[in-house]
Amino acid sequence: MVTLAKDRKLPAPTPNLETQQYWDGAAAGKLMVKFCLDCKQPHHYPRALCPHCFSDRTEWRAVSGKGKIYSYSVMRRAPVPYAIAYVTLDEGVTMMTNIVACDFDALRIGQPVTVVFQPSDGGPPVPMFKPV
Amino acid sequence: MSLKGKAYIAGAFEHPTRKAPDKSVAQLHAECAKGALEDAGLTKDDVDGYFCAGDAPGMGPLSMVDYMDLRVRHIDSTDIGGSSYLMMVAHAAEAIAAGRCNVALCTLAGRPRSEGQATGTAARAGNPAQPDMMFEYPFGPTVVNMYAMCAARHMYEFGTTSEQLAWIKVAASHHAQWNEHAMLRDVVTVEEVVNSPMIADPLHRLDCCVISDGGGAIIVVAREIAKSLKRPLVKLVGAGEAPKGQMGGKIDLTYSGAVWSGPAAFAEAGVKPSDMKYVSIYDSFTITVLMQLEDLGFCEKGKGGRLVADGNLISGTGKLPFNTDGGGLCNNHPANRGGLTKVLEAVRQLRGEAHPKVQVKHCDLALAHGTGGLLGSRHGSATVIMERE
Repeated sequence: MVTLAKDRKLPAPTPNLETQQYWDGAAAGKLMVKFCLDCKQPHHYPRALCPHCFSDRTEWRAVSGKGKIYSYSVMRRAPVPYAIAYVTLDEGVTMMTNIVACDFDALRIGQPVTVVFQPSDGGPPVPMFKPV
Repeated sequence: MSLKGKAYIAGAFEHPTRKAPDKSVAQLHAECAKGALEDAGLTKDDVDGYFCAGDAPGMGPLSMVDYMDLRVRHIDSTDIGGSSYLMMVAHAAEAIAAGRCNVALCTLAGRPRSEGQATGTAARAGNPAQPDMMFEYPFGPTVVNMYAMCAARHMYEFGTTSEQLAWIKVAASHHAQWNEHAMLRDVVTVEEVVNSPMIADPLHRLDCCVISDGGGAIIVVAREIAKSLKRPLVKLVGAGEAPKGQMGGKIDLTYSGAVWSGPAAFAEAGVKPSDMKYVSIYDSFTITVLMQLEDLGFCEKGKGGRLVADGNLISGTGKLPFNTDGGGLCNNHPANRGGLTKVLEAVRQLRGEAHPKVQVKHCDLALAHGTGGLLGSRHGSATVIMERE
């Protein structure tokens, strides 16, 4: 079977001072990840304090936007079906997202994907992923 | 301080309703409280501790204490979703052991069915101050798909199949046929489960629990009070609780917080999984049961599919009888929170008051465990081990 993904209306994210740069990056077509200058690890979702070591020396970095599907589920029982997923970025951090521009029935765990920015309903664009 | 032997469950009541369009949520809480007190042989005036969680209407314990006009000296409303009520047993025991109360009333009630709530299939916005919200809500996390992603990963890593998951529903349905209050009383087959409509891959409609109104209550008491009552003695011997989240992006969906709450409870009780005569396992979805059984140590990680298959969870024929009331999968899931009913059926089993068709023989040691919140993002795990004295 082939079930093609369709666009659906995305609720607008509401940035705050802690996360503004993430959404500014998205608006500029860049996927931003917080890295810790002390323990050297990335984390997601982004925080002012590193959740791994509690250092407050964290910085934003634009990452490759490439990764692999860690897990996914196609929400069939929805007005517009969609594929929620966790994607593990090449930089080593796993984030919740949607897989778009795809055949839902051909998705696989481990599949390589790359970031795309989907418009939200009146807010900054939202990072999603499509199969490579 | 160990909680072993510090508290007893003296009263247990499950509201018989599964659809209550004519009752308020507060009323359902109070009816459950009344039922549990009558079951224990206690009165409202004996209650000196009150416990509730996020389903309590209004300002939680303040609203409900006022509604019921309780005169208590200890209150607690820690909310970890549907597993709150398992943790409540431990928190009530802690309060009793510390001398803060002697008779703790714990209530749960709600009416998502009457209110037509899209419980599992619609994403909930939450509060914008919730730090994770804007990094999740746009992607449509629902209750079903946040458990379904765990199932998908489990299948990928361990080769678990939809048929194995289906056996969990089949076992629950075998038990529910004897429960006159259960929402789904028809015995189902593996084929019927895997052929039911797909809700969120790989979970089918029959992998999901029911949506029901109703509620329940338990009374946790000090030893001397339990001894003064006429009910069988059900003693708390071990408890554990643990939250699990996304670990800053080091996400691992293959295990739950039960890997921590379970060993803590077993160590406190001084027993092991194979000693259990009966288990109540939170069954929001079939995958929830499978992962919790693995994480509690009933089998090796990844071998849950084999553990639950071929009727092994069916009372009377299987080796590990579970959820003999039909559980959330078939009986009820009041307020979308299944933790309290897990305690209730364990208490029935330990008292010898389960339905004769599902009563486990010589049931003197039982475990009740739950997962609250969303298994795929952040959840609370709570384990309780109880013994018939």
